[in-house]
Amino acid sequence: MADDDAIRCDACPVLCYIKPGRTGACDRYANDDGQLIRIDPHVVLDRAVSRGDSVVPFLDHKREWDGNIVSGPENFVTAIGAGTTYPDYKPAPFIISSAVQGVDMVTVVTEGIFSYCGVKLKIDTDRYLGPETNLVRAQGEPVGHVTTSEYGSQMLSLGGVRHLTGGSRREGTVTCETLLNLCERKPVELTVDEGPAVIVQAGKPPVVDGMQEERMRVGCGSATIGMFAKQWQGNVDEVVVVDDHITGVLSEHQAGKLLGIPETGIEMKGRRSTPGRHFRVADPGTAWGGTNIDDPLSILREFDSKIAWPNLRLLMVSTTGEHYAYFELDEGLRPVEKELPVALQESVARIKENCEPALCTVLFMGGAGGSLRAGVTENPVRLTRSVRDALTRVTCGGAPVYVWPGGGITFMVDVSRMPEHAFGYVPTPALVAPIEFTLKIDDYAALGGYMDQVRPLESVLRGEGRRHVSASPENPWPLSENKPPGPRP
Amino acid sequence: MRERAQITFLGDGRKLHLHDGPIDLVAEAFGDAGEIAVAYRAAAVRFVGVLDELCGELSLLRQALKKSAMPVGVIARRMTAAVSPYTERSFITPMAAVAGAVAEEILRCMTSAARLSRAYVNNGGDIAVHLAAGESFVVGMVERPDHASLFGKVQLHSEQPVRGIATSGWRGRSFSLGIADAVTVLAERAAMADAAATMIANAVDLPGHERIFRVPARDLAPDSDLGDRLVTQGVGELSADEIAAALDAGVELAELLRAEGLIHSAALHLSGETRVVGTRRLTEKIAADRESSRSLIHA
Repeated sequence: MADDDAIRCDACPVLCYIKPGRTGACDRYANDDGQLIRIDPHVVLDRAVSRGDSVVPFLDHKREWDGNIVSGPENFVTAIGAGTTYPDYKPAPFIISSAVQGVDMVTVVTEGIFSYCGVKLKIDTDRYLGPETNLVRAQGEPVGHVTTSEYGSQMLSLGGVRHLTGGSRREGTVTCETLLNLCERKPVELTVDEGPAVIVQAGKPPVVDGMQEERMRVGCGSATIGMFAKQWQGNVDEVVVVDDHITGVLSEHQAGKLLGIPETGIEMKGRRSTPGRHFRVADPGTAWGGTNIDDPLSILREFDSKIAWPNLRLLMVSTTGEHYAYFELDEGLRPVEKELPVALQESVARIKENCEPALCTVLFMGGAGGSLRAGVTENPVRLTRSVRDALTRVTCGGAPVYVWPGGGITFMVDVSRMPEHAFGYVPTPALVAPIEFTLKIDDYAALGGYMDQVRPLESVLRGEGRRHVSASPENPWPLSENKPPGPRP
Repeated sequence: MRERAQITFLGDGRKLHLHDGPIDLVAEAFGDAGEIAVAYRAAAVRFVGVLDELCGELSLLRQALKKSAMPVGVIARRMTAAVSPYTERSFITPMAAVAGAVAEEILRCMTSAARLSRAYVNNGGDIAVHLAAGESFVVGMVERPDHASLFGKVQLHSEQPVRGIATSGWRGRSFSLGIADAVTVLAERAAMADAAATMIANAVDLPGHERIFRVPARDLAPDSDLGDRLVTQGVGELSADEIAAALDAGVELAELLRAEGLIHSAALHLSGETRVVGTRRLTEKIAADRESSRSLIHA
C-alpha cells in the first residue's frame, strides 16, 4: 500500500499515509516535501530571522510558542482566518494589545467582506493585448476591461461593483472566482475581446496566446536608439528598432546626429513624429516589438537611391532583442539578409540583458467602507480620520497598503507581499480579505474603540488553531514605531 | 507522538470543542446550567475512547460491507446500518457515514445523561440535533464546503422528523466520485444523512466528461477506502444543459431516497445552480434566505 514518497503520520491512530503536498484525514498534518508538518488556520506573523517557510514544522522548538516568553512586538496577529463578526455593529473578532517599546498599541483584526473590490493587473509585455476599453473575460464571462498601456506594461482592471454585483449571477460568481485566484497567486486564463488569451499569475511572466513572455522591453524604440547608438557606431550603417509604440531609426535620431552618423536614405512606413521617431509603422500584434509583423522589411519603403549605397549595413531589432535581422543592400539597393556579425551579436545580447524579467503583478484594491469600520469603533468616521491623520496603520495580512487619498479607506496591496491563503470568498459574491488597524491604545480609546474587548497578545498566541508564518523581510514590520506611509492631513 | 484528545471550551465558554486526530466536534447544549455541565461531562468521557475504538476496526470499515464480517463497536455498527441500504446500488463503505455516526453517538451520550431543551453536535458539517418538544434550531447551509459561507438557512422544528444534517461534495474534506459543489441532506439521523449526502453527491455527475478532472483516490491518499476509483479534483466550465443534466441525475436519486424514507429533503448545488428535493416549505425558506443573504452581506 505504501507509496515511496508517502509518509506515515503517527499523530493519531488513523496512521494516514500522506502524499507530498497533501494533508491527512484531519487536514491538520501535511506532508511538506517529505516532512510532517502541522498546519493550522489562524495566521500569526512571526518576526523570524529566516523566511521562506510559511508553516511551522511540527515540534520545531526554535519556532513553536513555548508559553513563557512574552515576545510582544515580535508577533503580529493578522486577520487571516480571524473571521468576521456579522452584523457589523459587533466588535471585530480580535482586538489585541501589545507593548511596543513601552507604548501600548492596539491591533484591531477582522476579515472584511469586500463586495465592491477589484484587482489592478500590470502585465509586462509589448505584445498587443487588445484594444483599450475592451472587455476582459474569464470562462466567457466579462470580469473587467483593458485599461491604459504604460511604460511597456499593459494594465487591466478587473472586478469592481459592476461585474461583481451588477451583472448576471454567473458573471458575479466567475468574477469573484477570478479575483480570488489572482489574489491567491494562482494562474488565471483571461481572454480579451478582439485580443489574445493571456495566462496571468502574480509574480510570474504572462503567457500570451501560448507564448511565455520572457522580458520587458528595454525602452521604446527611440529610447533603445539613445541607449545603444554609441555601441553601434562603426559596426553598422543603419539601425531600426521596431516597436509598436515608437519605432526608432538611428541615422535620423538625435543620438545618431550627435555621433555624426550619415543619412542612409531609409524610408519608413507609418507616421513620423520627430526625427528618428515613427508612430504606427504596423498594426499592433504579438510579433516583432509588439507589432503584427513577421517580416521586418515590410515596414520599409524603398531606399532613396540618391542617398543609399550598395553594401549599406542595416540592423533591424525589436525592443527586447528577441527578434533581429541583419541585411546588406545589393547593387539595386535591395536589402539581402546576411548572418549577424559578431560585433552586432553583442549589442543584440546587450539589449536582451538590459530587459528586466516580464512579470504580472496583482494589486488587490478594497475599501474599508461603510460598515466594516463599525467593528473597530462605534464612531466609524473617526477611524477614517485616524487613518488620514496617519495615527492608524492599515495592513492587509501584515503587508503594507497604500491608502488612496480622498474619501473612505480605499487601499491597495500587492498580493505577493501577503501570506499564502489570505483570501476567501462568500457567495454574495464578494471576496473575504484580512485587514488590520494598528494604533496607540490612547488613540484607540479616543476614537471610540471597544476598550472592553481589548485582550493581550499572549492570550491569542497561546490559543488553538494558530498558524505561524515568517514575516517577509521586504515588508515593514506592522508594529514598528515609524509612522505608517500614506496620506497626511 | 500520539497527541491526546483535546477537550476545551470555545472562546465564548458555551460550546464544547472536542478534537482527536481527524475528528473535530463542536457541541452545544441548551437548558439548565447544571444539566448542560452534566451533558458536557458525558460527552467528554465518551469522546476520549472514540478514535481508538474506530481505528481498532478501521481496515474493516474501509471495505464494502460483507455479511461474514460485521464490526462490533457501537459507532461502527451505526455506520454499517446507515450505508446498508446502498450496498446493492453501488460501491459504498461504512466510512461514508463515519462523521455523522460519531456526532450521533456523542449527542446520544449527552441527551441520555441530562435533560436538555436543545443540543447539537457538529462534526465538520455533519450535525446531530436534539430538540425537545416545541423547540427549534436554525441551521445555516453552505454552497461550497471549502468556504465557510452561507447560502441559506433552514429551520428545524421538533415536530419534523429531522435530527441529522450532512453535507458532501468534491470540494469538501472527503473525496467524492461526483461533481456536486455541495449536497446537503436532512434526515432522521446524522449517520443516515451522511451516507445519503455522499451517495447523492456521487450521483451528481457527467460520466466521461472531458472537462472533469479525476484522479484515482489512491494516488492522493494511499489508504483511501475508495481505492483506485476516480475521485473528482477539478470541474471545468460546464454549459447550462450540462449543469442541468448532472443535477437531474442527483435529483433522481434524491427523490428515490425520499420515497424510501431514507432522507427528508436535500439541496444540491453545482456551478451556482441549486435544486431542492423535499418539502415545498424548505424550498421557499431557502429561496427567501438566499435573497436576504445577498442583500445583507456587504462591506
